[in-house]
Amino acid sequence: MLYREAGQFKTSYAADQAMLPIRQDRIALVLLLVVAFLGVPVLGSDFFLSSIMIPFLVFALAAVGLNILTGYAGQLSLGTGAFMGVGAYSCYKLATYFPDTNIIVLVLASGVFSALIGVAFGLPSLRIKGLYLAITTLAAQFFLEWCFIRIEWLYNYNDSGAIEVPQRMLFNIAVTGPHATPTTRYLVILSIVAIMTLVAANVLRGRIGRSWMMIRDMDIAAELMGIRPLRSKLSAFAFSSYYCGVAGALMVFFWLGSAEVEAFDINHSFLILFMVIIGGMGSLTGCFMGAAFIWVLPVIIRAIPPFFGLDMLAATTEHISNIIIGSLIIFFLIVEPHGLARLWQIAKEKLRTWPFPYASS
Amino acid sequence: MESAELLSVSNVSLSFGGVKAISDISFNIMKGEVRALIGPNGAGKTSLLNVINGFYHPQEGQISYRGKTRKRMKPYQAASSGIARTFQNVALFKGMSTLDNIMSGRSLKMRSGLFWQMINVGPARNEEIQHRKVVENIIDFLEIAHIRKQPVGKLPYGLQKRVELGRAMAMEPELLLLDEPMAGMNLEEKEDMSRFIIDLNNEFGTTIALIEHDMGVVMDLADRVVVLDYGRKIADGTPTEVQANQAVIDAYLGVAH
Amino acid sequence: MEWLSASLEAILVSPFRDMFSMPDFLLQVVWEGFVSGILYALVALGFVLIFKASGVFNFAQGIMVVFAALVLVSIHNMGVPAWLALVITIGVMGLLAIGIERVVLRNLVNQHDAILLMATIGLTLVLKGAGQLFFGGEPKSMITEELGLPTGSSDWEVFDGIVIFQHIDVAAAGIAIIMVMALAIFFSKTRIGRALRAVADDHQAALSVGISLHQIWAIVWFASGIVALVTGIMWGARSDVSFALEIIALKALAVLILGGFTSVPGAIIGGLIVGIGEKLFEVYWGPLFGGGVEAWFAYVLALIFLLFRPQGMFGERIIERV
Repeated sequence: MLYREAGQFKTSYAADQAMLPIRQDRIALVLLLVVAFLGVPVLGSDFFLSSIMIPFLVFALAAVGLNILTGYAGQLSLGTGAFMGVGAYSCYKLATYFPDTNIIVLVLASGVFSALIGVAFGLPSLRIKGLYLAITTLAAQFFLEWCFIRIEWLYNYNDSGAIEVPQRMLFNIAVTGPHATPTTRYLVILSIVAIMTLVAANVLRGRIGRSWMMIRDMDIAAELMGIRPLRSKLSAFAFSSYYCGVAGALMVFFWLGSAEVEAFDINHSFLILFMVIIGGMGSLTGCFMGAAFIWVLPVIIRAIPPFFGLDMLAATTEHISNIIIGSLIIFFLIVEPHGLARLWQIAKEKLRTWPFPYASS
Repeated sequence: MESAELLSVSNVSLSFGGVKAISDISFNIMKGEVRALIGPNGAGKTSLLNVINGFYHPQEGQISYRGKTRKRMKPYQAASSGIARTFQNVALFKGMSTLDNIMSGRSLKMRSGLFWQMINVGPARNEEIQHRKVVENIIDFLEIAHIRKQPVGKLPYGLQKRVELGRAMAMEPELLLLDEPMAGMNLEEKEDMSRFIIDLNNEFGTTIALIEHDMGVVMDLADRVVVLDYGRKIADGTPTEVQANQAVIDAYLGVAH
Repeated sequence: MEWLSASLEAILVSPFRDMFSMPDFLLQVVWEGFVSGILYALVALGFVLIFKASGVFNFAQGIMVVFAALVLVSIHNMGVPAWLALVITIGVMGLLAIGIERVVLRNLVNQHDAILLMATIGLTLVLKGAGQLFFGGEPKSMITEELGLPTGSSDWEVFDGIVIFQHIDVAAAGIAIIMVMALAIFFSKTRIGRALRAVADDHQAALSVGISLHQIWAIVWFASGIVALVTGIMWGARSDVSFALEIIALKALAVLILGGFTSVPGAIIGGLIVGIGEKLFEVYWGPLFGGGVEAWFAYVLALIFLLFRPQGMFGERIIERV
């Protein structure tokens, strides 16, 4: 009953091309945003905000970045972690050189550096396709990791080799550093992620996004339709790496507080890839679902044994969640390659036509 | 019919690692005509189309389009100079809807900058709507309104071919290359497709070069026909002339070489 | 311009001068590189077997190496004699191959390469989790002596100096050569080997002459499981058995780029190029960049190579068709 589009007639192409053409979807989005901006900060505990919501948003943004490249433009990347690292280290350097500049401006600017590096490592994509390209992104991953260790200038010649986040104020409120409250940090991240996701949705629906999908689906045909492959692929690399870079900067500045090279290693590249696969390749909603799923699953597994009065080591829960996530990836690839997002869509489709299951197209 | 020459192919040869696909072929396409390329399998027809739109680079010979000779042309340059193309084995963008596939044909005509696309207001939005109108006209023309929002991967073959034609039409090409537009179709589908091709040629004045195996279709649609066999041109002329040509009859019926 | 000539000298001249001023040391470095090259080649070999027969880009080959070694060591640590532990481990790899074929491959026939690759990434995660859950994640030492493998080392006096050969390294090289020869005989002489080559050439044609794809796939995964076990034993004997090997094993992917995805000789030559190249680069050029260049040398080499020859050393030129 609730989810019906009957009676909603679109009278213009503008209405038909809206991001969410069905009214109930628009209402749901508004409700979701209200809950995220008001409900969560008011009701959530500090632990919930800083250990669940903040990491979830950071990873979701990185997943959006990877999904742009892999899900929409069809270029498989195993170097997401390193691109996040470029963002984080650039933001750290920028914060050192421009201590008085608004930290959010610096975070957004640091993505530019990671976009540039992304373009540099995307250059081979003109000649190298598919799986071969995945291996060249491994080159990016390991080379950049090495840079994060060996170029001491990047971490201001610290003995620890770690980058530590200084305290920064915004409207007289501490937004980063040890005195920033989880609520403040959460709201900053949420705003950035929400706006950047909206921008991604716009770009993906337009000419540029379409050119990415053309390259993904049939690169030869795309070229014969006038798409310049190099330009299109590089723009995907740039966009994707920008998102990953900002996610990396947010991760260090608004979540971890300090980080070493391990925060950007290949395991993180895989983690983001898993989020994209489980959430759904080529779906922005999927990025959020995948990130929530993969980040929250271990938390839930950790909570189950105490519930039954059992004791379980933290390492054990991690191993179990590895097995579950790995199995789910295989399961999704076999049963529903478009991931959770597609399952969600099918569920909505069923709801729309309920109780007449054969009426759906 | 206008008599200006739109494209001329002179003495083109193409080989892959010693295997000659095309040898020393010359022919031309006049503005506004329907030109058919026929010949047995492996005669080099598709390779010739690939040469025309810059996907393959011939070792010898040259191609001039609109009176200008280009040395090495990239496929996207061919596209921007007004050459569109459909493929033998449908090359649609399988993950996209019918609408998006045809919209993709408008790529070259869209200009709005990155900034406007990011916020999706102003020029980006207007442009999108304006091109949507053009695309909707094509959808009406091809009678595929009912599958507008469906992903093309799951459509039946005949409809996929139609969507592909729509995508090429969306480019508003001056020269349209059709590679076996009716392969694997039943009689009704062939009739529909022929109707679209004739309308396209008559109403929009699009010059068409098509490869087709169905002789009935070729005889009905084409103004002039080039016949290829083993990478060589063996005949060139009106359908009736070609039909009477002894070399053509030999190539099709087979004679001892 | 002084800095330019100085840095040119540092990059282009002095490393070679160092090499030839101490030839015994150079020989030692090349030998070390040769041995790790063989190990990369073995990982790549397991990969090539699977890729040839099923077109699957098996990302899990690295973790299979770790997993096999881990099973062997853990079973022995439970008090089972080494030879029996070896037999049991072979059995486990066989079951694993059958399981993977039944659960994963059979259900993903005719899928896009990238989907298959991601499925093997999922498999990697499952094997990693299972290995850690059942056997613990901490590094273990390989049961080298118990398996009858040699330990200790010999010196070879040459060029007024000595080159040290670890016996286990010599054994590794020998076993690798025997295994490659055995595989070559298996492919060319046995019925299954011929069927396997038929499958590699053309799935459809192989099916139409009555070859069972399922059976062939299980056999191939089993064969590369055995290769993984041997690799794991050798590698474990040189360092120890830990999950860190998985990351090092990724270098086999760079080896494959050099050698091509389907060529056994390519895998071996590629492995040696990467192994020897990275050692030489680390020892003679590494200090210029602050060391640790081994971590990325293989990938960057592969990347540069790809730009000039995207089809690999032994691959055919690709002609795209539309």
